Formats: sequence, C-alpha cells, structure tokens
Amino acid sequence: MANYTEDELAQDLENQEYKFGFTTDIDADQAPKGLNEDIIRFISAKKEEPNWMLENRLEAFEMWKKMTEPDWAHVKYKKPDFQDIIYYSAPKQTKKYESWDDVDPEMKETMKKLGISMEEQKRLTGTNVAVDFVMDSVSVATSFKAKLKELGIIFCSFSEAVQEYPELVREHMGTVVPTSDNFYAALNSAVFTDGSFCYIPKGVRCPMELSTYFRINEGGTGQFERTLVIADEGSYVSYLEGCTAPQRDENQLHAAVVELIAKDNAEIKYSTVQNWYPGDKNGLGGIFNFVTKRGICGLNSKISWTQVETGSAVTWKYPSCILKGDNSIGEFYSVAVTNNYQQADTGTKMIHLGKNTKSTIISKGISAGKSHNSYRGLVQIHKNATNSRNFSQCDSLLMTDECGAHTFPYIECKNSSSKIEHEATTSKIGEDQIFYCLQRGISEEKAIGLIVNGYCKEVLNQLPMEFAVEAQKLLTISLEGSVG
Amino acid sequence: MIEIKNLHAKIGDKEILKGLNLTVKAGEIHAIMGPNGAGKSTLASVLAGREDYEVTEGTVDFEGTDLLNLATEERAREGLFLAFQYPIEIPGVSNINFLRTAINEIRESKRENPISAKDFMALVREKSKLVELDPKLASRSVNEGFSGGEKKRNEIFQMAMLNPKLAILDETDSGLDIDALRVVANGVNTLKSDKNATIVITHYQRLLDYIVPDFVHVLYDGKIVKTGGKELALKLEEKGYDWIKEELAN
Ligand SMILES: Nc1ncnc2c1ncn2[C@@H]1O[C@H](COP(=O)(O)OP(=O)(O)O)[C@@H](O)[C@H]1O
Ligand SMILES: [Mg+2]
Repeated sequence: MANYTEDELAQDLENQEYKFGFTTDIDADQAPKGLNEDIIRFISAKKEEPNWMLENRLEAFEMWKKMTEPDWAHVKYKKPDFQDIIYYSAPKQTKKYESWDDVDPEMKETMKKLGISMEEQKRLTGTNVAVDFVMDSVSVATSFKAKLKELGIIFCSFSEAVQEYPELVREHMGTVVPTSDNFYAALNSAVFTDGSFCYIPKGVRCPMELSTYFRINEGGTGQFERTLVIADEGSYVSYLEGCTAPQRDENQLHAAVVELIAKDNAEIKYSTVQNWYPGDKNGLGGIFNFVTKRGICGLNSKISWTQVETGSAVTWKYPSCILKGDNSIGEFYSVAVTNNYQQADTGTKMIHLGKNTKSTIISKGISAGKSHNSYRGLVQIHKNATNSRNFSQCDSLLMTDECGAHTFPYIECKNSSSKIEHEATTSKIGEDQIFYCLQRGISEEKAIGLIVNGYCKEVLNQLPMEFAVEAQKLLTISLEGSVG
Repeated sequence: MIEIKNLHAKIGDKEILKGLNLTVKAGEIHAIMGPNGAGKSTLASVLAGREDYEVTEGTVDFEGTDLLNLATEERAREGLFLAFQYPIEIPGVSNINFLRTAINEIRESKRENPISAKDFMALVREKSKLVELDPKLASRSVNEGFSGGEKKRNEIFQMAMLNPKLAILDETDSGLDIDALRVVANGVNTLKSDKNATIVITHYQRLLDYIVPDFVHVLYDGKIVKTGGKELALKLEEKGYDWIKEELAN
C-alpha cells in the first residue's frame, strides 16, 4: 500500500488552500469543499461555539496536518481525498430521496426482511415522513426526555451540550481520546459537527436504554460524529448506538470519536449495531468507517463494549478500555461480518493500570465472499496492575475458500502476578451442519442464519433484547447466499 | 411409499451404488444389513439428497413424486427423515429452536401457520417422554456435548417431533446399551402406523429383536443381493457374510 506521506499531505493542503481560498459566508447552508482554518472557523461559527472550542479545533487541525494516515491495519483502500469532502452542511439538509420510488429496491427488500414497517422505512430513508408518525415519535421522545430530566440525566446532541453544559463538556472532552491520539481522532477533533452527549448523575441508574434513535430525528448526524458519555460515581447506563436499517449515505468517510467515562463504582454498557453501506457485490462504493472508541474506568467500575458490525466497506475500529481504577472491569464482545469485498480490522485494547483489574475479550469474526476480516487486540498489563487478569477468545468462521481471517493479538505484560489467557480458533462453516439442517426441512438461508447466530450467541446475548433480535436478522441477511 | 429402481451413485470417480432395487410400502419396516463399506450410509445419503454423491442412473419414486428431482429440504418436507449415523453438533443453537424452525419451515411449505408456542411445548413434552430424553437436553445446543447414546436418542426425538412418512435409521443402534436400545425401539414402534414406513440400517440383529422387520435385505457391493424375513438376520448374525459372497460367486 502506498504511503501517503506528511509531505504529500502538506503539499496537497497548500495547493488546495490556494484553489479553495474563500471568504466565509456565514449564512451559507454548506461549507465549500475542502479543509483549512477558515472552514474550521466556519463550522465553529455556524454552531455558535464558545471560543475555547474553536481553539481546540484549531489546535487539533494543526496536529492533524503533521500526522499521516496510519497504514498498519490489514486493509487496502484508496486513501480519501481530504480536500474533496464537505465538512459542514446544515443538519436538516441531509441526504434525502426525492420520492419513495428512488430508494434502492435492494435496500427496500432488506428493510422488509428486517420487519421494519413502511412508515419506519420511509423515515429511515428520509423520504416524506407520514405526519402522524412524526407526531408520534416527537411525543415519544418528549415523554422520554421528561422522565430523564426528573432523574437529572442529560441526553442531548453534542452541540446542545456545548451550549447548555459547557463546563461538563470542557472538563471531559478529549480526556479519554486526546486529540493527538491518532490521525482520524485529530481530524474528528478539528471538524466534528455533531454527535451525542450523555451524563448520568451520581448514584442514578438510568431506567431505560438510551438510544440514539430518539436523537437522530432531531437532525442528521454527520460523518464526523462525537460522542461523550459520562457516568458519574455509582451510576449505570446502557447506551445503544446505531440503527439496524441500512443507512445509505453519501459520505464515504466516517471518522467518529466516542469517549466513555465511568467514574468510581459506575457502569457503562455501550452497544453498537453497525450496518452502513458495504459497497456493492463488486466492491464498489461503501463507507470507510474509521472510529476511535475508548473508555476509562475509575475504581470498581465497569465498561462493556458490545458490537455487531456487518456494514461498511472498510472498518477500522478498536473500542478500548483503560482500566485505571483498582478492581475495574473491561469487556469487549464483538461480531464482525464481512462479505463480498468488505474489509474489517477490528478488535480492542485493554490497558490494565489498576490492581485486580479484569478484562474479557470475545471476538467472533465471520468472513464470506472475498472479504478480509482481522482481529487486532492489545492486552497491556502495567507494572502496578497486580493480580490483573485477561481472558481473550477470538474465533473466526470462514464461509468460503476465498475469504480471509487474520488474528493479531499483542500482549505486553509487566506484572508477574497477572494472568493472561488467549484462545483462538478458525473454522469453516460445516457442510455437514448445513446438510443436517436441510435434512430437517430447513432452507439453506435459514440454516446459515441458525448456525451463524449460534456461533455468535455469546456476543448476541450481551445485547439488549430488541437489539439482539434485529442483529440476528441482520447477520442472516448479510450472509445470504454466501456459502461456497 | 418408496420405489428405488436400478440406482447407481458415485462419489468422485468411485461408484458405490451399482444398480440397487428396493420397494417399501406404507406400514412396513425394512432392515438393511451388510458388511462395512457396502454402501448402506451412501444409500441413506443419496435418498436424503446429499450433494457429494452423483446419481448416474436409476429412479426413485417417493409417494408418486420423483424424489431425485427434489432439493434436500424439499425431500424432508415431503416426509423423508434420516437419523444420522453420526449426528452433527450445532453449537449455540438450542435443540428446541432448531426443531421449531424445522417444524415451521415444513408447515410454511404446506401453507400452514407456524405452530403456537403452547402447542410446540406440549409436543416437546410428549415426545421427549416417549424417548425418555432428559428435558434438559431439549434446551441444550443441538448435540453439543451429548454422549453417543444421547445423540442417537435425540435423533429419534427429532423423528418423533417431525413425524415423517419414511424414516431411515442409519445404525441408530450402534453404541447403545441395552436400555437405550429398548428406548429407541420403543420410540420407533410407537410411531409406527399404516401410513408410514421405516428403513432400519443395522449391523446387529440385536435391534431386530425389538423392532421386528417385515423384510431383511442384504446390501453388498452396492446392490441388494438377498432379501428374506427376520430369520435372515439371525442367519447373518450366526454365519457372517461369507456364505453370501460364495452364493454370489456361484
Ligand atoms: N466421501 C467419500 N469419498 C470417497 N469414498 C467414500 C466417501 N464416503 C464413502 N466412501 C466409500 O464408499 C463406500 C461405502 O461407504 P458407506 O456407504 O459409508 O458404507 P456402509 O455404511 O455400508 O459401511 C466405502 O468404500 C467408503 O470408503
Ligand atoms: Mg454406514
């Protein structure tokens, strides 16, 4: 893979700046293509941000310019042209179809299979939304918000949080994923447009799953999303990200940053089902999903990541836990499915700093078609992390002879009292298993669904009920006709 | 029920079934015996529709339809059941979920509504009692961690749940102790009616003390070479297969 060097980048930026130099028109709904300081000022002005936020962005931009796109992941793709991206467009103007007829028939079919109602399908694709449905979802969202407010829980868009709770944002943002962390995190810190913010006060147990579902209606989420979840001492929250319906998206590059902060005795459960456009059967198109997700644990606290990844053309994603507090627990449960020409390089990092810290990693990779699926994990035990423990299990399931599964476990242990266990298996989907199902009258499609869902059970069991059901259907759909 | 005529089948370049004839009528129990490697499991697999085997000649009529023209799952839905010699494990999929999926797929193919949860559970209770299957096994993953005997019992349990027209039991008796054998046989006998039929593939005449066959066939070198009543099984047990080979040579 060609290295895109710092020099080349600098050069690009120089040329582009010349080409796209412009005076900011604050009334425009959309920024011109490209990235430079003016664009960042434009975004910040559009969002009426306080000065410190603009400073943060500019600082991030300076850092980003000096960084190069990482190329250690086991993925190959054409590097995005960062000057060919529109970094801001007014939220309401997000990709809409002219009419229901314009929606890709394949996508309609998929939604039908997922059992999504017609109204819901229209909402998800952004075609004319039936009025009663809007009314309904607004009222649901409103009563939901009232309930949260009673408990002192804040759940709002990131922009709103910057306006309404600037101290909370300023105090925590960037403490888990520093701007300098990596190329995409720096880019995100410079240009993020919106995302979610959540704060659970001390001792409060959030009584419902917080789902971005309620939030997305309020305005589109951009390609550079920013999420910050803070669980104050002794609190609990289960947070659901994403949407199981296929999201058509004009933005090819997504670079989100998610930060989780679990203070002493707190617990955060973060679940994701990702089903972005994976590109067509020939590997054309599809989303590049380069996400930085990380959480930090205080004393006796726990962070649990669960993800079911079936979408995107290229996925680069390592939800991680910094186990700073003694007795804290980090968990990572993952199913990553790749089909056709999809590529995924995903895994986790468990950084054990505190004593008696514990981490569990369960990763299930499923590769079909000509796809490549890699698990990349780091377990790092620092020297003060006495009696810490890790258990990792990484299983790969191959559906064809042409796909690939790769495992890259890294272990760094500086404390001799710790215990690390790693298990890995690779297997091909059993023709015997499929024949057995067929012989009982089960169709091949259902058979694969059963076998694959069985294989992922440990992970799916971690998801909240309704989410798990949809994730199961999604797995089946993503693998349709994929045995070879 | 089923009429097999001049069936030839091969795997790769190796011909295994070499012109096999067999007719089974509703209400009958047929036993197929024969030395190792004769092609007994191959016959079962070919009838069930395993793709590894290529049928090169012959016809199979199953209740008036051309069986060989049907896909594996269609054969099952038409009422053909195979109790596997080596039952397959499916980790993470509960027996119950597996069977409910099967029953509903079969019902759907007949344009019937899915079975209600209540009816399904009642059926599970009734049939697991019939084969004395520990109810706990019904909710465990399909065959995973089952003992050899439990796996075989589970096959009969599945058979009871699916209520097929024609059941082929491939060495269901091997590896069973006498109690388990009795349970399996009892299951088969209870399910027997004048509308269904059973083909029992076995090595030992022992099973035939419990499941009394109407006919006993000897499968040798890809063909049915001898057919008789129950006494043939006894003779085979006593004398082995050499006398048949000699008979054939002459
Ligand atoms: N997958 C296979 N590839 C090649 N030969 C096979 C395969 N399966 C079975 N055979 C051969 O076919 C013959 C019949 O096997 P099988 O039907 O299992 O016999 P039986 O059940 O009567 O013991 C044997 O010679 C066996 O080695
Ligand atoms: Mg055999």
